[in-house]
Amino acid sequence: MAFKIIEGCVNCWACLPLCPSEAIREALPHFMIDARACTECEGDFADPQCASICPIEGVILDGLGVPVNPPGSLTGIPPDRWAEIRTQIQAR
Amino acid sequence: MELKVIADAAGAPGGGCASSGCGAGGDKLAHLPEAIRAKINNHPCFSEDAHHHYARMHVAVAPACNIQCHYCNRKYDCSNESRPGVVSEVLTPEQAVKKVIAVAAAIPQMTVLGIAGPGDPLANPQRTLETFRQLSENAPDIKLCVSTNGLALPGLVDEICKHNIEHVTITINCVDPDVGAKIYPWIFWNNRRVTGRKAAEILIEQQQKGLEMLVARGVLVKVNSVLIPGVNAEHLKEVSRVVKAKGAFLHNVMPLIAEPEHGTFYGMMGQRGPTNEELSALQDACAGDMAMMRHCRQCRADAVGMLGEDRGDEFTLDKIAEQDVDYAAAMARRAEVHAAIEASRTAQRRQSSETFVSIAALTRRRPARPEPRPVLMAVATMGGGVINQHFGHAREFLVYEASTNDVRFIGHRKVDLYCSGDETCGDGESVLAKTIRVLDGCEVVLCSRIGYEPWGQLEAAGIVPNGEHAMEPIEDAVAAVYREMDEAGLLDRPDGAMHRMSA
Ligand code: SF4
Ligand code: SF4
Ligand code: SF4
Repeated sequence: MAFKIIEGCVNCWACLPLCPSEAIREALPHFMIDARACTECEGDFADPQCASICPIEGVILDGLGVPVNPPGSLTGIPPDRWAEIRTQIQAR
Repeated sequence: MELKVIADAAGAPGGGCASSGCGAGGDKLAHLPEAIRAKINNHPCFSEDAHHHYARMHVAVAPACNIQCHYCNRKYDCSNESRPGVVSEVLTPEQAVKKVIAVAAAIPQMTVLGIAGPGDPLANPQRTLETFRQLSENAPDIKLCVSTNGLALPGLVDEICKHNIEHVTITINCVDPDVGAKIYPWIFWNNRRVTGRKAAEILIEQQQKGLEMLVARGVLVKVNSVLIPGVNAEHLKEVSRVVKAKGAFLHNVMPLIAEPEHGTFYGMMGQRGPTNEELSALQDACAGDMAMMRHCRQCRADAVGMLGEDRGDEFTLDKIAEQDVDYAAAMARRAEVHAAIEASRTAQRRQSSETFVSIAALTRRRPARPEPRPVLMAVATMGGGVINQHFGHAREFLVYEASTNDVRFIGHRKVDLYCSGDETCGDGESVLAKTIRVLDGCEVVLCSRIGYEPWGQLEAAGIVPNGEHAMEPIEDAVAAVYREMDEAGLLDRPDGAMHRMSA
């Protein structure tokens, strides 16, 4: 099983130096994970490193093809609360 | 722990008199110990006067970041140090060193090299430190500085000191995790993503620890804060107090810039930035606590040049690849240029103090009059400390407050943060309208020349254009115009009542 970087990655470099398996490559239009090299960080870290530092929601998929950082997970706001929070912030 | 002296010299907590009227004079760094003043004398980011004469440069070697700020879109440069919306070309340390040496040889005024992104320099420690190591070896006359969000700072302080880095800027937006939780959604810490209040708590702890460690080792620390209305506006006074107590020597409050098109969380959610008045009021409040730096222009991380100019195009990778710089020769030439600049600064200082005396004399002659009100004036300049820019070419204005006691630098106002600066960027009409809005609160704008059309519109908006002091030192000219206004009886009325000098 392997993780995957998909479209939307902003090539920010954060993940690349952290990968214990050297599976991440600088590439265009976005960075890539070598599926043969990715170990899902098993044996090295409790959490997959790339997905733990990536700042962009939805661009890293786990071995099952599910986004590790779904919409709302990185801003800290569940999608159904956006409208509510927006109103609060606009009142500042 | 020598730096503690700063705190004491700046006055008792809350009791400062740095806001207008106490006659402390123009030099906001006057209270600093001699050793520190010497260090920052020709540092354009730290000394109000020096930034007219010297240039700084940043190189982009550090793309990654280890936290998320709500005012940042990570497609772009770190907005802690630079304006958002500009993508840096990320350089390898070798390319960066080559570029710095080429620039230092071509622009001898360049005295400071900083690494500020596009991400967090200390989240990229190998790249950042390797750049510094090569530079301190090959170009020892360039001062080095680094800006960071502070998360990785404590672990790297020893490394930093080894490379003999003189200045570190830490962006500290809060000292209370509850405030921090509204600014930072997560951090990457000990190989995990940490969110919420806990994240802010760790970040704040690391920032404060890093600040203390640097001060203990005699490294100058500047603190940057982003003013976010409704989030940390009041709280920044506390931040100012705390970082002062720990020995930071400057606190620089920058306005939040949040527009929906930047794609930042705050921008998309409609968080507003502070008004010019809110920013000035907060800077005044914090200035009571410690030396505030007001001339920060939120410069771009990879900008090259002086006072808002950008000569980056002259130093692209393919252009510098062809160059083979003899740095020993360049260093000798740089030393000559620096000596000439220092000589002219000394001369200018002598001239301006005469001007100050004459304004004071003016008020002494008429003791019965109530104190004339202070006036804000905007100045268009391309550097050198003189009025030398055409109004229509100015993309930023320096704002000064003239009073009977002194001419005080208040800050910069940018006309169009996202404008590339050439004539093609939008129609003249809206740029002028924007300029007028940006100059709100100023009664005079001093420039070398100005067109007929903007002249009329400025006057209509209650701002008097003045091109009579072209090529004169800024502070002298501001003092002279203030004196003319006083003599014309324009300063007796309460603030705001007077709008036009003519008619
Ligand atoms: S999951 Fe771990 S091993 Fe796989 S690419 Fe990400 S960091 Fe590398
Ligand atoms: S951290 Fe995320 S956005 Fe950054 S390069 Fe890696 S996958 Fe792309
Ligand atoms: S530290 Fe800089 S790069 Fe990192 S999230 Fe904050 S503003 Fe962006």
